[in-house]
Parts: sequence; structure tokens; C-alpha cells
Amino acid sequence: MSTQQQQPEEPQSQEAPEDPEMRGAESPVDEKEKQGGDIDQQTTPEDELEGETVHIKVFRYDPEVEGKQEPRFDDFHVPFEKGMTVLDAVMYARDTYDSSLTFRHSCRQAVCGSDAFFVNGKQRLGCKTQIADLEQPIRIEPLPHQEVVKDLVVDMDHFYDQMHTVEPYFQDEDTPNPADLEEQRQSPENREKIKMSSRCIWCGACMSSCNIAAGDNDYLGPAAINKAYKFAMDDREGEEIKEHRLRILEQEHGVWRCQTQFSCTEVCPKDIPLTEHIQELKREAVKKNLKFW
Amino acid sequence: MYEHDVIVVGAGGAGLRAAIAAHEAGSDVAIVSKLHPVRSHTGAAEGGINAALQEGDDWELHAYDTMKGSDYLGDAPAVETLAQDAPEDTMRLEHWGMPFSREEDGRVSQRPFGGLSYPRTTYAGAETGHHLLHTMYEQVVKRGIQVYDEWYVMELATSDEDDPNDRSCHGIVAYDVQSGNVEGFKANDGVILATGGPGQAFDHTTNAVSCTGDGHAMAYRAGAPLEDMEFIQFHPTSLPSTGVLISEGVRGEGGILYNSEGERFMFEHGYANNSGELASRDVVARAELTEVNEGRGVDDEYVHLDMRHLGEERILDRLENILHLAEDFEGVDGLVEPMPVKPGQHYAMGGIEVDENGQTCVDGLYAAGECACVSVHGGNRLGGNALPELIVFGKRAGRHAAGEDLGEPQIRTGYGDDVEDETETELPVQPGEAGLETSDGVAADGGVTTDADGLVERTVEQARTRVDTLMDRDEGVQHAEIRQKLQNAMTDYVNVFRTEEGVKKALRIIRECREEYQNVYVDDPSRTFNTDLQQTIETRNLIDVAETIALGALVRDEFRGAHWRKEHQERKDDEWLKHTLISWDDGQPDIFYRPVILEGQDKTYEPKERSY
Repeated sequence: MSTQQQQPEEPQSQEAPEDPEMRGAESPVDEKEKQGGDIDQQTTPEDELEGETVHIKVFRYDPEVEGKQEPRFDDFHVPFEKGMTVLDAVMYARDTYDSSLTFRHSCRQAVCGSDAFFVNGKQRLGCKTQIADLEQPIRIEPLPHQEVVKDLVVDMDHFYDQMHTVEPYFQDEDTPNPADLEEQRQSPENREKIKMSSRCIWCGACMSSCNIAAGDNDYLGPAAINKAYKFAMDDREGEEIKEHRLRILEQEHGVWRCQTQFSCTEVCPKDIPLTEHIQELKREAVKKNLKFW
Repeated sequence: MYEHDVIVVGAGGAGLRAAIAAHEAGSDVAIVSKLHPVRSHTGAAEGGINAALQEGDDWELHAYDTMKGSDYLGDAPAVETLAQDAPEDTMRLEHWGMPFSREEDGRVSQRPFGGLSYPRTTYAGAETGHHLLHTMYEQVVKRGIQVYDEWYVMELATSDEDDPNDRSCHGIVAYDVQSGNVEGFKANDGVILATGGPGQAFDHTTNAVSCTGDGHAMAYRAGAPLEDMEFIQFHPTSLPSTGVLISEGVRGEGGILYNSEGERFMFEHGYANNSGELASRDVVARAELTEVNEGRGVDDEYVHLDMRHLGEERILDRLENILHLAEDFEGVDGLVEPMPVKPGQHYAMGGIEVDENGQTCVDGLYAAGECACVSVHGGNRLGGNALPELIVFGKRAGRHAAGEDLGEPQIRTGYGDDVEDETETELPVQPGEAGLETSDGVAADGGVTTDADGLVERTVEQARTRVDTLMDRDEGVQHAEIRQKLQNAMTDYVNVFRTEEGVKKALRIIRECREEYQNVYVDDPSRTFNTDLQQTIETRNLIDVAETIALGALVRDEFRGAHWRKEHQERKDDEWLKHTLISWDDGQPDIFYRPVILEGQDKTYEPKERSY
């Protein structure tokens, strides 16, 4: 039911990045899973799974507990129910088998952005990933390229820092008094222009999937650039502030670092065309004759 | 020990707005939240913000609709404050860059919602809450307001005078989820609770897993009464499998409800002959369940919500998010088939008793947002009225805590000469009693009132002991088992339809949960990101809150708003134009009542029959 989203071509290098410190020898890439999307839906995987148990392999690590300091995978077998998501499965495993199994989650409807995991070799939101669509055993790992705090929980501080770097707040040139109930006018077209970028839920999937961000800690990354796009393209802020934003974005570790691999766009659970947004900002910077670093 | 002027607990809409307001008033303010702010459940709100913005509409109409929607259990000063402040506060969001949906001329769009006499629901697609939350968090970042995210607040540091009206709150105790360290936070001017709803007391809910009534329970145990807790809103359109919300915006745009026989039952079976699908939420929720109970449900469980006739263009423009939700969580394409929906727990109209300035009877303790009860929503909240409540009363609480003079409130709080004691109702068990042997969570413990620093330190020590006890115990029962039992009991017996026998059964089970909780233990030995520990503490909060909901439902022997009682099929205005208040008194709930204020600024709202 994809709406107006244009999907880019299959990314050239969607290899799961290896984190030398945390990952074991096994490659998290699951080639079978990639084919999962091509299976003819007539087989209705849900029906086949009815009454079965689902095999999940969950990454475990705790710096404090002796038995968990060496990273490992734990196997859980969870009874399948129609509509079961990856989040449902790990919640069941935690509540029934091992209450120390740790992961973030809250809204379970794809708006809080807290349960982005690396599932069968791809960054996905646990709550909107159907078990029936995945090849078993299902490998559930923390987001790559972020420090693991415990089990599936990663340190998000760097992600938040990058989001804050782009001055992620509205900067109006001339604020009328809200008490007059006079809003700033915005055309429906301009609102539509920023719509997709405004959907970001800060889950971190895009940053985790980006090879450039993995190799350059200072790279703003797709989420922060998209956040800046939302403001830069909003006509209400005015030209002067747009130029200020473009100057932030075209610095050395800004938009020019993007190598259009589309991995961010590929994993975004909100279907935001992140790569396109980055390219559009590059074009804007050129049009404004901003200095290349 | 950390120290700030104003400490805001919770970082959803109300908390962020309170922090911004306190900061603008010159305070050193900090936000302490168990989630990072952008994870807050305000982000899941879909429908919109009611505000009288257009010509032809005015705040008085908004106030009237809200009083009627509340089934005359809203307090007029609170309702009128909401209606008067909402337009400016909504416009302020627009000036902060919130991406509202737009009309051709560039003005913000407004749409019809249930129970409204004018299309005054301002919205941003079907994801208004997401944009509201992010817009306000952006303003918090802009102002450099300190945020302690992933710090779980366990306890309030409140003095322990016998009469809660004499007590004062000087801070909080929280633990850093990442490290497990328990620390004190002193608040020189006030603590504002903005912790959201208690939806996790129910099994089928639209609420996030984090909505565990923490603020309710902490305030309650510190002596601030909980008000009108029996009034739980069940949203008519949640997805049957998960409880995920399908916005009222669907019906606002013209979506139609059908039963299994293809009948548009809201009209054909006479539930709301004028408003149909846009009757208020309590009316629609009961209608749906009646259809199911009378054998006209689909799969004996739900009804259909159809929006196909609205056309793809309009759906994509205004309800696109709904298509994603129906597809992802129910496997249904809303463009080609109707969506399955049923009522789900959605919102607590009741909460911590506060006045128009967000203040409780405990000095220095404030509450705003869903955890508070001003009372704006009375017996039933109108769709689109939760978000203006966040911004209006979040702002007021922030300003007042920061020392601004907002005038004398008309709503009174705490035990006083205007309350009436409950004496009659026979209870099936002594609620609350189990748990006396452990002092955890009871503020008034120790018998020593000290200075603010000493009080915070002493509360920290208590909290550390509490954590150690839970961690040291190596056998017993785990929180997940107790929580599930509690949620099932509430969903089975304190749901849309309630009977005296059922509610009593729920109270007995809640008491069992409380007894089992005496042996609860935390299996995870780690202090690092111990969600087992956090959920164990949350479960205790849920037990306290669930008990007040069930108690309220038992004592109110009438039918008002969302509170339906089988044995009492009428609204009893002679007896029940009053708020139920439950306060934690020496290890037990104490019930009393305060009359509703129907006198507004210029007029009195006369209770009328509520027809739609």
C-alpha cells in the first residue's frame, strides 16, 4: 500500500556492517530473508504458522553480569499468533522466559521510534515487522554502529547530538503575535513539500544503516539532514534563515558526505525519501552559490 | 543531589509545555522523564486540537459543547479556561512551526469532531500528536532546557504532616535507567507531574506500554486525592488485535460504521439519530458493543469502519496515517475494504485533583495533562480536547510553579469544609490494606519533618532500600504475572459495561494482586538498564491506580458519561453532581466528594438530557 513514495533501486552495498567489537563471526546478513518479499502471497505464511512456535535468536550482552559479558545469542521459541510482530515475540520471551531480556519499546504503533532493531540483517521497527514475513530462525540484534548498552539497547546519545547540531527548531524572521490569532500562511503545496520529512520518529535506523556515518563520526547523517530539510523547505521561515541552514548543511561533514547509497531510504520505517532530500539540499546549496568546503 | 527551581516529571505534551512556560517565566527548569521526550505517548495522538479560531465560532460554544460532553461533571471554571486559552495557545504552536494541515488560502484547516457544534478541530494530517510533540521538543532544545531522559522517577519528596493540605513537596527521587543510580532532585519552587495516562491498567488499550500511571500513584501516596477515576474513556475505534488507535478523524471526515448485517447501526438502531457516527465517544462505544452482544458483530468481536467512499485523494490528504496503521497492524487496505474496529481503553478523564493553575492540595506539587483532573472532561472527554488541555494547563502549571500570579483559582483541592464524606458503600475487601507491612511508596513515613534537603535525602534512602529489597530477593512472583492478572480483571469487569458484582470481583482480584506484590522480586541482577526493575515498580503504581478506578466505579451508582452501570440506568443529578475523590490515608483509600461547579463566568450550565 505504498502511496506516493518512489522507491529507489536496490542499494548497491546493503551489506550488514560488521562491528568488530561486538559481533561474533557469523555474518548477520540473511540472504534468504531478502527473497522473502518475492514469495507469492498465495501461500499465506500466517496460515502456515498457525499453531507453530517461532524460533527467534536474540543478541545478549550485559557489561555487568558475568555470564553475559561475552556477547551471545539466546534462542527462544515463542507460540505464534496471527498478526504477531517482532516486538510481540521479544515481549513474550521476556515476560515468559527471561525477565532480564532488555529492549526499548513503548507505543507499539510505529510512532515512538524506540524499538528499532537489526532483524535478519536489516534495520526495522520491531512493532511493525510481522513475524510471518521473516525467514526463521529470526535473528534480532541491536542497531549496528551504535554502542550496545545491554542486549538490544544501544546508546542513542550520538544520534541525538547530531539531531541537535542542525538547530532543529523553527526560526521565524518576523513573529506576529499569536494572541491576534493570525497564523503564518503556508500554502497546501508547501505543506505537502515538507510532509514526508516531518514524519521522522528519530528511531535511528537510517543512521545505523549508513556506511558513511559508520566511518565518519562527524557526518550529520540522514536523520539530522532530513530534520534540517523540514525547516529549510518550509516557506514560513524565510530566505535568510534558509541560507543560514544551508550553510550548516554544506559544511565538510554535511550533505556532501552522502554517497547516495540509498541505505537510509531503504530502511526508513516511515518511508521518508531521505536520500532524495539530501540530494535536493545539495542542489539548493549549489544554486545559492555557497562555498564548497 | 541535583537542584532546580522547577522540576517537570514527564516529557509529553503537558510536560514540555510546562517546562517551556516555566523557562519563559525565568525559572531554572529541568525535565525528568523515563523516556526520551520524542518517545512520549503524546506522539500517538492523531485527531487534533479543538480551538475556536474561525469567525462564527467562539470560546463560549466550545465551553458549552465541552460541558455537555462531560455530562455536566466538568467544572465550569476549568472548561471555560480551556476554551478561552486554546485559540492563542494553538496559534502559538503554529508560530513555533508546527506543520498543521492547510486550506487553499494558507490558513490552518479545521474539521468536525464528535460532540462539537462547529468544525473546530485543528489538525496535522492524522498525526497531530506527533507534530505537537516534536514541535514542542524543538522549542525545549532551542531554549536549552535541561532534560534528564531515561531517568525513572520513583517517589516524591513530600513532608509528612497528618493533613495533606499542610504538606509540601520539595523534590523527587529518580533512578538513572542506564546506570541504576538512585538520586535526589530538589525542586526549590515546584514539581510538576506530567506523566500521562494509566492505560496499562487495562489489557486492551490504545495507550503505550509506558502509560503506567506513575504520576497518579506518586501523588496519591503523597496525599493528593485522585478525582473521578471511574471515568475511563473507551475509544470506539481501536484495532481489535492490538488496540492501536484509529482516529476519530475518520468519522469526522465522513467514515461510516456498519454491523455484520451491513446496517449503519448508529442511525438504524437509534443510538444517535442526529449525529450518528459523530455522537460522543461513550455513546458510540456502547452502541458498538451492544451490536456485538446482540449478535450483529463481525466475528462476534468488532464492527466495520468504512472510509472507502471518501475517495483516495481525500484519504491520502487527511488520513494517510490511518491507511498505514490498518495495513501494518491489521493487514487491511482501507482504500478497498472496511477496517475492523472495537472499543479500547483510551483516556482517563479523572486524575490527580488540581485547580485551574495545575496546583494540588500539596504545596509545591502540580499536575498537568492526562494524569491531572482539573476537571475539564468530567464524565466523557470530547475528541480533540486532550491536546488543548495539554498546552493550556501545561502552560498554566509551568507559569504558576515559576511564581507568576495567575489569580485566585475557583476550584478547591484537598479535604476541606466543602466536601462530603462517603460512608455507605459496602466494599468486598479492605482495599489497599495489604502492603502496610512494607512502607514503600508511602510518603508519610518516619514521622519527622525536616528541611527540604533532609527530606529529599531521606526519601532517597527509602528509595534505595526499596530497590535493594526488590533486587536482593531471589524468589517469589514476577511483575509480569501480576500485571497480566490485573489487566485482565480490569478489562473483564471495569470495562464499558459495568455491574456491581463485576466491579466487586475486580476489587477482590486487585487485592490479590496487592498481596502477591508483597512477594514480587526482580530476576535481573544487573543495575544497567534494568527494565525488569522499572516494570516492577510500575506494576505497584498500576495496582494503586486500578484500585481507585474500581472503587470509583463501585461507589458511583448512576449512569453518567462513560460510566455505565447495569443496575443504575439513569443519571442521578440530585445525588451525583459531584466528583469522586479518593485519597490515600494511612495505608487505605479514603473516599469523599466535592460538588461540581456549574457556574461559569457569565452563566450557569444547566444539566440537560444529553442527546446526539
